[in-house]
Amino acid sequence: MAKQYETVIGLEVHVELATKTKIFCSCSTSFGGAPNTHTCPVCTGMPGSLPVLNKQVVEYAIAIGLAANCEITRMCKFDRKNYFYPDNPQNYQISQLYLPIARNGYVEIETGDTKKKVRIHEMHMEEDAGKLVHDEWDDTSIVDYNRSGVPLVEIVSEPDMRSADEVLAYLEKLRLIIQYLGASDCKLQEGSMRADVNLSVREMGSGKLGTRTEMKNLNSFKAIARAIEGERQRQIELLEEGRAVVQETRRWDDNKEYSYAMRSKEDAQDYRYFPEPDLVPIVIDEAWIEKIKMMQPELRDEKLARYKKEYDIPEYDARIITESKRMADIFEKAAAICNNPKKVSNWLMVETLRLLKESGMEPEGIRFSPENLAKLVKLTDSGDINSSVAKQVFVKMFEENIDPESYVKEHGLSTVSDEGELLAVLEQVIADNPQAAADYKNGKEKALGALVGQTMKAMRGKADPGQVNRRLKELLG
Amino acid sequence: MANKISDETMEYVGILAKLRLSDEEKENAKSDMEKMLDYIDTLNELDTTGVEPMSHVFPVNNVFREDIVENGDGSEDTLANAPLKKEQGFKVPKTIG
Repeated sequence: MAKQYETVIGLEVHVELATKTKIFCSCSTSFGGAPNTHTCPVCTGMPGSLPVLNKQVVEYAIAIGLAANCEITRMCKFDRKNYFYPDNPQNYQISQLYLPIARNGYVEIETGDTKKKVRIHEMHMEEDAGKLVHDEWDDTSIVDYNRSGVPLVEIVSEPDMRSADEVLAYLEKLRLIIQYLGASDCKLQEGSMRADVNLSVREMGSGKLGTRTEMKNLNSFKAIARAIEGERQRQIELLEEGRAVVQETRRWDDNKEYSYAMRSKEDAQDYRYFPEPDLVPIVIDEAWIEKIKMMQPELRDEKLARYKKEYDIPEYDARIITESKRMADIFEKAAAICNNPKKVSNWLMVETLRLLKESGMEPEGIRFSPENLAKLVKLTDSGDINSSVAKQVFVKMFEENIDPESYVKEHGLSTVSDEGELLAVLEQVIADNPQAAADYKNGKEKALGALVGQTMKAMRGKADPGQVNRRLKELLG
Repeated sequence: MANKISDETMEYVGILAKLRLSDEEKENAKSDMEKMLDYIDTLNELDTTGVEPMSHVFPVNNVFREDIVENGDGSEDTLANAPLKKEQGFKVPKTIG
């Protein structure tokens, strides 16, 4: 019988924090500026410059630590991690090795029907490096330091995951926690969330960990799943051939679906960590932690449980809505204003998701306000506009966050309930279409449809089709 | 001298520091480094049991900045000393990692 293998996975996740400025200087962190415009002597490592810690970075890190059930280190410090690379202008990265800000936490993940805790070994604050753009043409690299000094939190898990599904559930969990806290937008594709996968295999039942490799360059959930499967296979093949897995860092090539060795343990870097002398220790007291706890928003799991109790919407819908903080915020506010959670949920689940998908947007990018969505629901509830007009208004609202009430008014879109006006149009339509009217009178039920269509057209869609139908029958009956 | 730096160690340090040294330079660096290690050995003679490692001289904690953008476009100063420039970036030999 073939041997059974178990995959053991631990993750190092880097998250770019959503601060306005860098971790140690007042340069902007905004994305997409021209190269090197967001730089100063501090983030380019000029001699004599001094870093000063951004308080918001510490507060976000504490918030994430608390949400992931970690112990917050009461006195923490920064250390220097020394390495030479063009993206690192100081020749060292300011990070935390000896006293990271948070330790010994866990998050609970769900795969299928099974729940499981993934332990968090530690979490530390550090600075991001610059960006290298490779110029294929003249075989050089261009260095842009705009990202140098952007604050990161690195979250190191214990090797508690056993499959790609568990890894994805863990990442999704972290993403939701951190997005809800507003600490990062956690976009894998844009690099504001990055995961390195440490993976080893061992024979089923063995208590000993196998030799692990670390995989980098994983920038989508799909790439992570493929990389895990690819690396698992590669290691099992080695073991089956009686060869050893070498401890090394590998770079995943998602196009070729194969990982390549970047560096092995033999030439592994020695980072010569030592305490950062330019930054004073951070002392975190009970009062500070309490203050951050007080400000902690309701997180996804609590929200989901509350939705089940408070709103009469399917669990599936509640899950989708709470998968994005923006969507959940809109839902709750709009439902509170119009008092119709079911309709609000429908607009989010059907039209909003459809338009998001069509325009390739994330829910976090939704532009319309809950107030406007509530107004739209009210307009349909009261019968002021019919459902096709509502959809039309919604598209406009999705694009430009228009106020549905004034938009309907300005464009004369409300359903005409003025019987007099409707009657006049109906008589005109009958007069203009004598053949269809005669056909209906002679028992051709279908002919009525044409008349309803003509009426709706004449009223520019503002009539209630049911009412038009009834009135026509009366007139022709 | 208590510590000896082997040729292999010297080679390795050279790799880490990205330095290409001549044989003479290697010998000089070796003796410099050995002197440093001797100094550490002298320090090691002290009994430091129960003494907290010190990383800062002054008893100052919690020096922070508020999260407010104060720096403008710093690209001109940043690039002022760049030996080679291209498209507002530093131009360096091709590096992939």
